[in-house]
Amino acid sequence: MITLVSYGLGNVQAFANIYRRLNIPVQIAQTVDELATAERIILPGVGAFDWAMTRLEASGLRPCLDDLVLEQRRPVLGVCVGMQMMARHSDEGQLPGLGWIDAEVRRFDAGRFTQKTHLPHMGWNDVVPRRADGLFQDMSSPRFYFLHSYYFAPAREEDTLAVTDYYGPFTSAVGVGNIYGTQFHPEKSHQWGIQLLRNFAELA
Amino acid sequence: MLRPRIIPCLLVKGGGLVKTLRFGPGKYVGDPLNAVRIFNEKEVDELILVDIDATVAGQEPNLQLIKHLATECRMPLCYGGGVRSVDMLERIVQLGVEKVALSAAAVQTPALISAAAERVGSQTVVVVMDVKKAGMLRCWEVFTHNGTRKTGLDPVSFACQVEQAGAGEIVLNNIDRDGEMKGYDLDLIRQVREAVHLPLTVLGGAGSLADIEALIREFGIIGAAAGSLFVFKGVYRAVLINYPTRQEKDALLARAGFGDL
Repeated sequence: MITLVSYGLGNVQAFANIYRRLNIPVQIAQTVDELATAERIILPGVGAFDWAMTRLEASGLRPCLDDLVLEQRRPVLGVCVGMQMMARHSDEGQLPGLGWIDAEVRRFDAGRFTQKTHLPHMGWNDVVPRRADGLFQDMSSPRFYFLHSYYFAPAREEDTLAVTDYYGPFTSAVGVGNIYGTQFHPEKSHQWGIQLLRNFAELA
Repeated sequence: MLRPRIIPCLLVKGGGLVKTLRFGPGKYVGDPLNAVRIFNEKEVDELILVDIDATVAGQEPNLQLIKHLATECRMPLCYGGGVRSVDMLERIVQLGVEKVALSAAAVQTPALISAAAERVGSQTVVVVMDVKKAGMLRCWEVFTHNGTRKTGLDPVSFACQVEQAGAGEIVLNNIDRDGEMKGYDLDLIRQVREAVHLPLTVLGGAGSLADIEALIREFGIIGAAAGSLFVFKGVYRAVLINYPTRQEKDALLARAGFGDL
């Protein structure tokens, strides 16, 4: 069973549709009761960092999420801002992040760009996994849809699961124990996204 | 490597899809939900959906329709039409839309762009500029309300203002070329491209994949949007939703200079 955290942000329905099509049980959790029994969790997110943190705190789901992820060690996948929230802090906002991963979220430095288009990093880009198992099992030359101006910078290099090049490499997927994140949008990335979501549901 | 985006643009009027010619009355081309399903199968890069009734009729966006389409879409969706406040923009994002476009409202109140970007992040806020040549000197000018209302704004300076205000993308829509299928106006695009660093998507004029290839060859990373090209087939403009396959798209990008993908 996949549980989608619904705190008023991010496309929970798009995730739910994909899992239904895959015949993988899925539920949407808006309350602590609905969240408490979660086995595998997806934390979506769209928007500005502080806005997303504010909405998550206001939902009342945070203590339950912290417990599921940090104490019960249930697999969790943060997507886009949902990934960025797992860091300690973001250049985009003032509020602290969830701090589940030792990482900072930084703005792409304007000095790196050599072409006319700078930010946001918008569109389809290659994702190069460090290992061809786990989230990236059974994928050849995966490409995913990105839409962001800030990137996730883990303190430990080994936490990076995949890198993407945008005028230089950045961490496009992260994994620390039971905690996973993707900067790109698997729910909007056609067959590669569907495969990644299936892989998340089947992670050992 | 980041790829240029090839984007079908769908126009909604009275709940159905239409395709216009130079912003005139549209020809009915089908049902939006059905079109989204076909574009899912064709794995399109992204979709733009514009409700061309909303602003002109002073209506609110059709949230029910947007919700259905956003749920169905397996690719990113940009919605535009009748969005006049940050609250409305936020509601549409909550329905699962990745990007929301402002047009008339952004022209009237540029501060709306900044307020929206602060709430939902720059990457979510798109500004659509509908432009055509106007006046004695035939200069480019931004229009609103389906091309019926002059604004007195020059596209290049408005694009700079939009970038300063914190938008995440500009869609440059050429009214004079709408539905003509004779190619993009590269000179107009060049002027706007030179002025800003934002992602730029252009619409109006694409009549073939060769037009898109020429656009990408010159501008590299750009959004190549088209309406007629992806809903009509043949000289008689029979309605047939179409889009290049992944192989055709990769070959097009290779010919346009993205060879080492």
